[in-house]
Amino acid sequence: MPTLSKTFDDIQSRVINATSRVVPMHRQIQGLKLLMGAKKKAFGPRRPVPEFVESAIPDVNTLALEDIDVSNPFLYRQDQWRAYFKRLRDEAPVHYQKNSPFGPFWSVTRFEDIMFVDKSHDLFSAEPQIILGDPPEGLSVEMFIAMDPPKHDVQRSSVQGVVAPKNLKEMEELIRSRTGDVLDSLPLGQPFNWVPTVSKELTGRMLATLLDFPYEERHKLVEWSDRMAGAASATGGEFADEEIMFDDAADMAWSFSKLWRDKEARRAAGEEPGFDLISLLQSNDDTKDLINRPMEFIGNLTLLIVGGNDTTRNSMSGGLVAMNEFPKELEKLKAKPELIPNMVSEIIRWQTPLAYMRRVAKQDVELGGQTIKKGDRVVMWYASGNRDERKFEDPDHFIIDRKDARNHMSFGYGVHRCMGNRLAELQLRILWEEILKRFDKIEVVGEPERVQSNFVRGYSELMVQLTPKS
Amino acid sequence: MGKITFIEHDQTEHVAEFKAGSSVMQIAVDNLIPGIDGDCGGECACGTCHVIVSDDWFRKTGTPGGEEEQMLSMTPERASTSRLGCQVVITDEMDGMTVHLPEFQM
Repeated sequence: MPTLSKTFDDIQSRVINATSRVVPMHRQIQGLKLLMGAKKKAFGPRRPVPEFVESAIPDVNTLALEDIDVSNPFLYRQDQWRAYFKRLRDEAPVHYQKNSPFGPFWSVTRFEDIMFVDKSHDLFSAEPQIILGDPPEGLSVEMFIAMDPPKHDVQRSSVQGVVAPKNLKEMEELIRSRTGDVLDSLPLGQPFNWVPTVSKELTGRMLATLLDFPYEERHKLVEWSDRMAGAASATGGEFADEEIMFDDAADMAWSFSKLWRDKEARRAAGEEPGFDLISLLQSNDDTKDLINRPMEFIGNLTLLIVGGNDTTRNSMSGGLVAMNEFPKELEKLKAKPELIPNMVSEIIRWQTPLAYMRRVAKQDVELGGQTIKKGDRVVMWYASGNRDERKFEDPDHFIIDRKDARNHMSFGYGVHRCMGNRLAELQLRILWEEILKRFDKIEVVGEPERVQSNFVRGYSELMVQLTPKS
Repeated sequence: MGKITFIEHDQTEHVAEFKAGSSVMQIAVDNLIPGIDGDCGGECACGTCHVIVSDDWFRKTGTPGGEEEQMLSMTPERASTSRLGCQVVITDEMDGMTVHLPEFQM
C-alpha cells in the first residue's frame, strides 16, 4: 500500500536524521540495506523489481491505443520512439496506460499541454519522485527537483550559485583548456569510441570541479550517477541489483561526508571558502547543517551529479550523431561559425537527453478531454514536445539555424527549470568551437549503441573517425 | 507608437519602437536586442526576459504577479523593480520608458 510505504519512508527519514549526529552516514545506509533485506524476507518486497529483457517492439500502427506503452525502455534504442509518440500526439495527446511495469500512468505528449503541466505546480506535484518508477525501496532520497514550493525554493536557491552565470565566467577558460587537452589527445584517422573518451571524460572533469571532488577519483561520480539513473525499477535501466545501489549510496555518503568535514575544518582554520557546491551549502543558513539530514544531503548531491552527467554527456555525443545524419549542417556551420550558440540549442532540442519529468496530480484535472484523477502519475514527455509538429516546423530535422530552437523543452519550464542550463550550453559551445579549430571531418562510423532506459536518451558507444584540418 | 530604451549591462543603449499591446519581451526579441532570450515564448515559465525597470516607470508597469514573482525569485540579480518582460504589456503611457538588462539571463 502506497500510504503505508510512504509512512515507512517518512519514519525512516526521521530516524536517520535523528541518529546522524552519532552514527556516520555511510554506516546508517549500510544499516538500511540490512533492514530492507530483513523486511523483504519477513514481508516480501513492497513490489517486485521489474526485469527488462529486450525483444522486438511492434509497429505502433498494429496496436490499439490503450496498448501503447511508451515506458518501454527499449523504445529509444530500437528507434521506434518517434512513431510511437507521433501517434499519441495525433490520436491521444493525453493518454492513459493502465498496465505498465511501472504501474498506471498518463502521458502528455504535445508541447502546449506539457508547458501547462510543467507550469502548474499547484495542480501537479513533483513529489516524491520525478522518474516514472520508484527508486530502490529504502533509498527514497530527498532532492529539490522532487519538492514543491516553498521547500523547493529554499533549497534550490542555496545551491544555484554554483552554476550561476557569474561563476561560469570564472570557469570558461578552465573548460576551454580541458576541452582542448582532450581533443588534442584523440587518435586521428582511426575509429575510436567518442563516449568514454570525450563525452564522459569532459563531463566527469566538470563535475569534479563543481564539487571540488578529488580529481583522480572523478570516475566514481560518473559511476554513481550512471547506476542511480539506470535503476531498473526507476527508469527501466540495466541495473537491477538494488544491493549495489545501497553500497553506492553508502560509498557516496562516506566520500561526501569526508569532503564536508574537511572543508569545515579548513574554513574553521581560516581558509577562504571556495565557489564549489559544498562551500556554498556551508555558507547558507538554510543548508549549513544539511549533513545532519542525510537523505536530503545525499539526495541533493545525487541530483547535481545526475543533472550534470547524463545530460551534457549525451548532448556532446548527440551533436555528432545529428551532424552525421544531416551533413549539410556541418557545411553550414563551417561557413558560419557564429551559428554555434543557436546550434547548441538545436542539439539540446534534437537530442532531448532526458525524455521526461513525472508529476502526480494534486486534484482532479481536465486536460485534453481526459480527466486525470487526484493521485495519478503524469509523465511530461519533453522528447515528444520537442518533436511536436504543432510547435516546430520539420521537427525531426536537425537545423542549426532553426529560428525557435531556443524554445525547446529539454530544460523543462516553470520552477523546476534546469538550473545548470547555462553551464551545459557553455560546455557544448566550447566543445564545438574547439572541434572546428581542429577537425575537418568528424565521421560517425557504424550505428551508435543507445542505452536502455525510458528516461535517459543516450549513447554507450559512438564510433568516430576524425580527419584533421589541413 | 512609442519608444522604449533597453540598456545592456555594459551600458550599451538600444532604442526600439513599439505598438501598444505588445510585451516588453516581444519588442526586445523582434528588435534583436541582445541580452533578452525569451526561451519560453512569453509563458512566464523560464525567467529569461528579466528586465529591471527604472524607478520612475515602475509605477506604470506595476508589480509582478504571483507566478512571475516565483520565477524572479530564482535569479540572483533580482532587484526591487525587476519584472519579466513577457508579463509587462506595453501601453501608450509607457512611451519613453527605460529598462535595464541584467548581466545574465538564467
